[in-house]
Amino acid sequence: MAVQSMTTKRQPSRWEKFWNTASIVFESRVATVGMSIVLFWVLVAFISLFWTPYDPNASNFTQNLGPNTTNLLGTDHLGRDILSRLMQGTQVILLKTRLPGSDISIPGGVAIWGVLGSLSLGTLLGLNAGYRGGWWDQIIMQVLDALIAFPRIVLYLVVIAALGQGDLVVILAITITGAPGVARLVRSLALDIKTRDYIRAAETRGESVWYIMFREILPNARGPLLVDGMLRVGYAIFAIGTLGFLGIGLPPPDPDWGNMVNEARRNIFANQLAVIWPAVAIASLVIGLNLFADGLREELTRYQK
Amino acid sequence: MSELVKAPPVLTLEDVAIAYKIRGGEIEAVQNVSFEINRGETHGIVGESGCGKSTVAWAIVNFLGANGYVKRGSIKFQGQELVGVTGEELRRLRGDQIAMVYQDPMQALNPSMRLGDQMSEVLTVHRGMEQKEAEARCIEMLERVYMPDAANVMRRYPHQISGGQQQRVVIATALLNNPALLIMDEPTTALDVTVEAAVLDLIAELRRDFDTAIMYITHNLGVVARVSTRVGVMYAGEMVERGTVEQIYEAPQHPYTQGLLRCVPKLGSDKVSSMLYPIRGRVPPPNNRPTGCIYGPRCDYVQDRCRNERPKLRQLPNGLWVRCHFAEDINPGEWTPSEDIAPPVVGIRDLNAEPILKVNNLKKYYEVKGTQLKDVLGLGEKRYVKAVEDASFKIPEGTTLGVVGESGCGKSTLIKTLIGLEDTTEGEARFLGFDITGPISERDQSLIQELQMVFQNPDSTMNPSYTVGQQIARPMQLFRTVPKAEIRAEVIKLLNSMRLGANYYDRLPRQLSGGEKQRVGIARALASHPDLVLCDEPVSALDVSVQAAILNLLLEIQQEFNTTMVFIAHDLSVVRFFSDQVAVMYLGQIMEIGPAEAIYTPPYHPYSEALLSAVPIPDPTVQQKHIRLEGSVPSAIDPPSGCRFHTRCPRRKLLPDDGQICVTDTPPWREAADGHRIFCHIPLETLRSFDPVISQEVS
Repeated sequence: MAVQSMTTKRQPSRWEKFWNTASIVFESRVATVGMSIVLFWVLVAFISLFWTPYDPNASNFTQNLGPNTTNLLGTDHLGRDILSRLMQGTQVILLKTRLPGSDISIPGGVAIWGVLGSLSLGTLLGLNAGYRGGWWDQIIMQVLDALIAFPRIVLYLVVIAALGQGDLVVILAITITGAPGVARLVRSLALDIKTRDYIRAAETRGESVWYIMFREILPNARGPLLVDGMLRVGYAIFAIGTLGFLGIGLPPPDPDWGNMVNEARRNIFANQLAVIWPAVAIASLVIGLNLFADGLREELTRYQK
Repeated sequence: MSELVKAPPVLTLEDVAIAYKIRGGEIEAVQNVSFEINRGETHGIVGESGCGKSTVAWAIVNFLGANGYVKRGSIKFQGQELVGVTGEELRRLRGDQIAMVYQDPMQALNPSMRLGDQMSEVLTVHRGMEQKEAEARCIEMLERVYMPDAANVMRRYPHQISGGQQQRVVIATALLNNPALLIMDEPTTALDVTVEAAVLDLIAELRRDFDTAIMYITHNLGVVARVSTRVGVMYAGEMVERGTVEQIYEAPQHPYTQGLLRCVPKLGSDKVSSMLYPIRGRVPPPNNRPTGCIYGPRCDYVQDRCRNERPKLRQLPNGLWVRCHFAEDINPGEWTPSEDIAPPVVGIRDLNAEPILKVNNLKKYYEVKGTQLKDVLGLGEKRYVKAVEDASFKIPEGTTLGVVGESGCGKSTLIKTLIGLEDTTEGEARFLGFDITGPISERDQSLIQELQMVFQNPDSTMNPSYTVGQQIARPMQLFRTVPKAEIRAEVIKLLNSMRLGANYYDRLPRQLSGGEKQRVGIARALASHPDLVLCDEPVSALDVSVQAAILNLLLEIQQEFNTTMVFIAHDLSVVRFFSDQVAVMYLGQIMEIGPAEAIYTPPYHPYSEALLSAVPIPDPTVQQKHIRLEGSVPSAIDPPSGCRFHTRCPRRKLLPDDGQICVTDTPPWREAADGHRIFCHIPLETLRSFDPVISQEVS
């Protein structure tokens, strides 16, 4: 009974604790601005699930129109409404991943899954390299360094040439190119954390290597990892844009910002603004995530002091 | 009119308050501090961590940082006001007249500049001296601080000389301009006792010769007793008592000073015949100090007046300044401990009990990787750091083995090897009859559970991501010593016996003070009910009042569970107080081992004798033999041949041929008494003839 009363008493305080932790975002103006931009696009993505001004894939209008009262941002070279396409374009990045060969989508956008992938792979490799050291460290880091030595675009091309186009392939490409960076970060954190006495305590208890890596070290690395992950979502969106621009990104029918830039580029003399809108969309989301991550990092390091 | 005209004090502080601006307000870190320092005087400032000692020093040199400032009061240097003066004018006033020496010499010296260049810069910049002349003066000063081979040292970089020598260079640099005031902030805290003793001697000598005023900041009551002429005791940002060294140590009037002195074990006192009394409670944070007397909540004599009215610093008839309403009425002789801090009563431990741990000729070598090509290819001669050499001892069940020695003597390596963090190079170690020479991964879980460890640094002993309860529960889950459903109750029981209470269960480490974290660390080590607990400097990072509480706690545990302990510390008084057996280590070799009382009285090993005569004792009336070791500890890669101590041994000359035998032959183990063995060539009769290191002055 005593236990029960304790848990009921603790419930609001937990929410309070969460709010206290989350509210450090508002301590930094940079983080607040960044978060507002990101939340704006998330909101747009959710709205587009239920409503867009017109069907984004239907050619209902005159081609290459400038902004006007019916089509707020104009139309593209096939007469499709740019605003509707821009709104729908957020979905594949942030909200859904289309599985090949069916109409089924899983929640979580390509950028999100790609970053989660590189975080998991990078963490696994980085923890092993950092905590175990010795040959593990040598082999893992040499391989990753070799991977980093390739230009990113070449890596993308190799992955896509080998596996073909598709949402999952783009996720895989982002995972592979992102993992070395995460691994380096986690390794450096693990090298620092493993010198602490609580790691000695776990070792003298005879804990397994996996327990020490994932239960003792990883929780203390989550702050920097969170910030890094957020930055990486920005990079991933950029990468998706690049791939779309090269025409090897996310497959149709859903609109993709990079692809929109690419198609509008061909008609740049007929409708200049059509290039600008998706470019601004990509830039603002990436800048928003960067500001958010930077502000958060500043506040987190200040709080540790 | 024979009265001499009194020279004005070099430094006068009057009612100084120092505040730091923080987010949403400001904090008064220091309040109402007044004192003065005269020429040729060392004024000690002593207090526990966070009481504002260093802040006062920084305020004097205007180094409080962007958010700190002197809020009230005045700081006068040679009669001139320093508060409110900034920039160029301050520089002109202060000139080269104030010098400061910090705790860590490695951080005070620029690692990328030759020592000679850094030193002569002081003279060429401040005095406009010619480079040649400046260098000559630097060499002179280095010789003055007894730096061997001074001219050569000028061409070296900081990392090429030892820590004690670095601190000498810093002190020499500080003295180059012949400052009127020298501020020393814990200058010997980072040094070993033998080095510390030599530096303290130097400081005392320089004060006499240069007639400088020294402000000496430290937390160590023994060091203050040795160097100071007058002492100010600080507590929670206020100076609570001020007087001459003799007054403060013999008849302290403030309850806090009295409490502090009851916290430290005297060198030579042990746990059976004496007790430590911690001060209850903790230092209040600067933003939450009580309205009345700051010490009120922790004071045994507290009365209504103390709770309402903050006492003023006032002078007693005998010249002592004290901040207490009832200083005259307090008689420390009649003091009795209140129930919450009563120390455990400890019986004499039986050294003839069945040994739980037997170690025989244990060796631990680390391979050193060479940098030459043939080393990389594996063709070079293999070189080893001989971290532990031929350690042999037995620990009877329920007793404590204390291990002392300077840093780098292998004491930590020894217990790391025992617990299995490192594997043994050679030798035998049996715990409960099982072989424990292999790494921990080869040990049975039931064996691991019986051998646990307490760590040094309270800030890193707990994982910041888990609550206190989770961390103490983990060993119970892992070793399945307690059924799952009862774990919570068992953890709370353990917390209670650590005097922490059930409300600590859900707290995170960052909500705990240093002493509380250390208690949780001990609780975690005890959660699996181990037979042997290895303590690696468990109290050396703690303030004295907390240290006393932790030592009492460990004694209580030992009493209750009959736990065997290995206790490492560099503080010889603490080791003497806490241990039944003591081993003295030097360069990986046990030099002397035996019952604690035997180590601290003749016959001594020459190294033990030197260590004991270096310990700063918090009692100015005690007479100590003056033995100072020369040079620094040699490298463990190529330890000296024969006896490892022969390069520094002050007693070697007692042997024929200037102790040639010490250079060539390994010394024999000499059995001085039952279980007391000395590793030395000098015959026992000679060793027995030495005077005791410590004697009480007859007053």
